[in-house]
Amino acid sequence: MTACAPVMFDVRRVREDFPALHQDVHGKPLVYLDSAATSLKPQSVIDAVDEVYARDCANIHRGVHLLSQRATLRYEDAREKVRAFLNAEKKSEIVFTRGTTEGINLVSQSWGRSSLREGDEVLVTELEHHSNIVPWQILCQQTGAKLVVVPMTDRGEILREAFEHKLSDRTRLVAMAHVSNALGTLLPVSELIALAHERGALVLLDGAQAVSHVEVDVQALGCDFYAFSGHKLYGPTGIGVLYGKERLLDRMPPYQGGGDMIRSVTFEETIYNDLPYKFEAGTPNIAGAIGLGAAIDYLSSFDAALVHTHEEAVLRYATERLEAVPGLRFIGTAPGKRAVLSFLMDSAHPHDVGTIVDSEGVAIRTGHHCAQPVMEHFGLAATARASLGMYNTTDDIDVLVRALHKVQELFG
Amino acid sequence: MDLRELYQEVILDHGKSPRNHRFPEPYNREGRGYNPLCGDKITLRLQLDGETITDVGFIGQGCAISQASCSTMTEAIKGKTVSEAEALFSTFHRMLTSEDSSEDDVEDLGKLAVFAGVREFPMRVKCATLGWHTLNQALRNESGEARTE
Repeated sequence: MTACAPVMFDVRRVREDFPALHQDVHGKPLVYLDSAATSLKPQSVIDAVDEVYARDCANIHRGVHLLSQRATLRYEDAREKVRAFLNAEKKSEIVFTRGTTEGINLVSQSWGRSSLREGDEVLVTELEHHSNIVPWQILCQQTGAKLVVVPMTDRGEILREAFEHKLSDRTRLVAMAHVSNALGTLLPVSELIALAHERGALVLLDGAQAVSHVEVDVQALGCDFYAFSGHKLYGPTGIGVLYGKERLLDRMPPYQGGGDMIRSVTFEETIYNDLPYKFEAGTPNIAGAIGLGAAIDYLSSFDAALVHTHEEAVLRYATERLEAVPGLRFIGTAPGKRAVLSFLMDSAHPHDVGTIVDSEGVAIRTGHHCAQPVMEHFGLAATARASLGMYNTTDDIDVLVRALHKVQELFG
Repeated sequence: MDLRELYQEVILDHGKSPRNHRFPEPYNREGRGYNPLCGDKITLRLQLDGETITDVGFIGQGCAISQASCSTMTEAIKGKTVSEAEALFSTFHRMLTSEDSSEDDVEDLGKLAVFAGVREFPMRVKCATLGWHTLNQALRNESGEARTE
């Protein structure tokens, strides 16, 4: 057998691609540990967006002039890149949105309002982000359906038994995170999707936190809808994707009315456009979509398994180092969790921790992470959260740990 | 950026052991403060006799800045009239947010001047003013919550 040298993931080279990493904050080199809030962008994404405005600046799907053709082509290319990235069957199943939140609202208002009746149930889990709770609450108020919550364990897991217990014959849709933003928990989605389908319920996955840390194959998962945001996948803000199975999207009424989503309009009748355009009313975020395409190109230039192995190694190192910091306690300890370290320090409030580590150049998130029910579960108002991207190193963790010792010095 | 400018000893001390951290009896005004960004909470009660704040106390949870600020505030306003307390808040607010803050202001503020360093940390100004917004609400006797947002 010929020994084949594995292609190594060279994080130092990756870091060269992200200009935002190369700056000082408060006179110290930036250590960015807030990728769960938004990831930094590689130069190729910045250039792609720039080029849209500097060169291919035109509206899409209209006009016969060259600029419009180029913009249209690049926009639709981006859709194809997203399709391949998610391994969706068809391009028509890829709807561009403003972000995960809009994708979830689209399903809630389009599918939900036309499908749910009083007494039907929408199942969510206790660890959801507010954006996967509030749209369903609104829908339940509109339709008389009931919101049912699967509880999580004290480690932050969603267990099969608890999930099965809450599923019922009235469950019409399960909406759950693929990966928790506050805790990093990777949900056993394949198993849960199968259970939901057995009971005849559809499944929407909130993939905002997952797409950059887990390989997603919507056909293998079998989920009915999958929503994510570009800006957590090293792409621009203001662009996101909703994947939906064609046969479902086809039957759903439009979410918003306007230009581009119609085939013909008279005052008596409007005929809607084909998928996915039926769901893309108005001039979309053209540069954002093209930027997202560039982000997918960038990620595709690496072996995804190597990226994830690198992130796991940094997470393991971070877990060990942080555990050794006196007075530090993790919130969310599910086995196999991804890229997120939520923690508390007994001497200082998360906000004070955030300010002190910021003075050392370390950017972390503090607060409830838009997941107040998670905070409530643990009896907390807030946590500090360090989260990883593909560009983070064990050196970053060392700087964080030194900064946390400084918290101890000041407050301990 | 010097953290000691922000986390002065007085602030660390009041953050750890807030003064007047109890509800006064009797009381005739109550305010509730909440910062939705970080979840900091304060419930402030005070006894107003005519125009004078004769007793004040609070129960709260949150960061060192919010709790220390509320603690020092209760010390500063006890025995003051409503208009004196309001004037103190406006001087305090000016110190945290405005270039026009003067030496005289610092003198007027006394111990409250330890929060001057917060000005260099715009994200934390809301923490330092949560107690004061709650006081405002209590004095106006409005129902609901004082919010920093």
